[in-house]
Amino acid sequence: MTSFKSWLLAASLGVWAVPASANLNVFATVPEWGALTQELGGDKVSVYVATNALQDPHHVEAKPSLIARARNADLVVATGAELEIGWLPLVTQQAGNPKVQAGKPGYFEAAPLVPMVEKPTRLDRAEGDVHPLGNPHIQTDPRNIARVAGPLSARMSELDPANAAYYQARYKSFSERWTAAIARWEHEAAPLKGTAVLVQHKGFPYLLDWLGMREVAALEPKPGIEPTTSHLAEVLEAVQKQPVKMVIRAAYQSDRASQWIAERAKINAVALPFTVGGDDAAKDLFGLFDDTVQRLLKGAQ
Amino acid sequence: MAKPSFVPRALCTALALSLSPPLYAASDADLAEIREQIRQLKETYEARIQALEQRLKDAEAAKTKETAAAPLPEAAPLAAAPPAPSAASGIAAFNPAISAVLQGRYANLSQDPEKFAISGFAPGGEIGPGRRGFSLGESELAISANVDHLFAGNLIVSLTPENTVSVEEAYGVYTAAPYGLVPKFGRFFSGLGYMNEQHQHAWDFIDAPLAYQAFLGGQYGNDGLQVKWIAPIDQFLELGAEVGNGDSFPGSARNKNGVGSGVVYAHAGGDIGASHSWRAGLSYLQTRAQDRNYSQLDLAGNDAQVSFNGTSHVAIADFVWKYAPNGNAQNTNFKLQGEYFWRRERGDFTYDVDGALGLTNTSAYTSRQSGWYLQGVYQFMPYWRVGARYDRLDPGHVDYGSNATYLDSPAFHPERYTLMVDWTPSEFSRVRLQWGQSKTQAGITDNELFLQYILTLGAHGAHKF
Repeated sequence: MTSFKSWLLAASLGVWAVPASANLNVFATVPEWGALTQELGGDKVSVYVATNALQDPHHVEAKPSLIARARNADLVVATGAELEIGWLPLVTQQAGNPKVQAGKPGYFEAAPLVPMVEKPTRLDRAEGDVHPLGNPHIQTDPRNIARVAGPLSARMSELDPANAAYYQARYKSFSERWTAAIARWEHEAAPLKGTAVLVQHKGFPYLLDWLGMREVAALEPKPGIEPTTSHLAEVLEAVQKQPVKMVIRAAYQSDRASQWIAERAKINAVALPFTVGGDDAAKDLFGLFDDTVQRLLKGAQ
Repeated sequence: MAKPSFVPRALCTALALSLSPPLYAASDADLAEIREQIRQLKETYEARIQALEQRLKDAEAAKTKETAAAPLPEAAPLAAAPPAPSAASGIAAFNPAISAVLQGRYANLSQDPEKFAISGFAPGGEIGPGRRGFSLGESELAISANVDHLFAGNLIVSLTPENTVSVEEAYGVYTAAPYGLVPKFGRFFSGLGYMNEQHQHAWDFIDAPLAYQAFLGGQYGNDGLQVKWIAPIDQFLELGAEVGNGDSFPGSARNKNGVGSGVVYAHAGGDIGASHSWRAGLSYLQTRAQDRNYSQLDLAGNDAQVSFNGTSHVAIADFVWKYAPNGNAQNTNFKLQGEYFWRRERGDFTYDVDGALGLTNTSAYTSRQSGWYLQGVYQFMPYWRVGARYDRLDPGHVDYGSNATYLDSPAFHPERYTLMVDWTPSEFSRVRLQWGQSKTQAGITDNELFLQYILTLGAHGAHKF
């Protein structure tokens, strides 16, 4: 029994000795929240991003590496709205870390902070991979990033009060730069207003809404269901009646369906970074929208 | 902006102390004071953020006016209150997540499944290819939810095609345990090996590998307690220990107090770049069998009733490696998995236990046997996968003691080749065609063809690795 006790003591000391390098260990489910936490936390946070921009965020497995990282996290930053439903609950349950269970201060969701669109009126899997709480791809509108930044900064201060002033100062600086950047992007993207587009997956309602663009049709017959030839033919027919400038898709998606329709409808196929790391220019949140706007402008020509 | 003055040093100290292990015993008054300070801190902070957002909004409005010549789309008010979450209400609001799995199959077997046996290996649990023709598979009903702030619960009931109900898993998890511990209790599939914890509908082939059938009776379940510990390092390392009643094959029910079986295991895993991930592990099971009776052909060709009493030790080495380009498994991916089993049994062995042959004899018995499988599954385009599997068992060394007069030590190596193709049009449905050539008894080849469907209804299932 004594040896068991000393083992337990050693184990618990080991646990408490770990968080040495950074004050706040953050586990971000997707790159945009990783980038935002880094902007707000500077060198006081150590950020692990669970997925990359070339992964479909719907289809992620509860990999051993994710469980190991969630084990040591002080804060999990997730999109919510069931984007991560297939893997995050399993990761947090298996990680043995009570701090980051849903409902605890160490668990933060972005989606409840923004007005959600495309809430399904009919909840039925026959409609494809629908999300009951609305479309979870909220990061494509920079105003949503701003809506999340404040509460996220406050949460970081709550968990790490010793650095509250630091987080607050960084939030102020970020917020000012972000507001200026939004104004710049909106100015640059003014010619896009009213532009009609096709989307491959229904991943862009927030982006299109922000820039005043119009989605004519999606190449996926139902959300999350790969485009079929018969559905693409219908889309092609629709496009002949209602001309569009381009078809847009996220970096992680296969280009086959987009190229197929682009060739036949004589429109541009545009791959958007979708999140931080989606292409070489989208190195951070500012780069993400700089590049998104430029690619859209180019696609509209 | 003024330097922050709202973080008193005392508060920092108090928080630091309260966050450290329970060495520091705060009095109620201290706690109340800390709570009050935290509340004040929050309030101050929120007020500041609101003020800041208001300033930004004003600045934005001013800017919009300046550039009125080139009208910009209206910027969203940053300080807009977040929409109130639509709270579920009513008595149904606390309903747990419910899902059902429907399965059915058509089997064409060239050998009579009633006569299935793995020669040289004691039978137990659910083994064999199942019945011929059309049949319903196991239908599964799963209910799970957080119980309260300390526990989560999970119930998985299996409805068999023979119209019986069995509780596959029914366990609680203590979710508030510190130090990376995950305690689980009730009935559950053991964490040993790789495939054992997965339910049958999640397997990549319709049936369990021969090694699972021969050494664990298909799948090892337990009524008992499990504790897992996740190491506090960036590399995944999980240690697990289980105690249980030991009723399941290779053990048996023994009407005794105390612990009937024990399992320990270690799993490690991680990623190599963005495209590769892996997990490997070692597991060890110790259990006891009492009057484990079955029939076995003796040297004279009689179907003799035999019985084993003794200990059973099983060790498993497992690995799985998954590849998906850039971690995106949507279009193509590949999965390779294999497990190696050893089993050692030692005890008393009774020949002709029912006395039908009038030759009842008990003697010392030891056996050392092994087996393995290796399988690969490749998704070559969205929704379509192909897979191949090879199974092989080694009868090893069996010492019947004085029963060697009646029984022959096995020498035949059972093996099986399996191929499958499946179509998964969504996360919730799968149709599979599987062909296998199974040689589990000397001189007998069973050609097996299966067509199977798996439909999942209700709550979104977890993407287990």
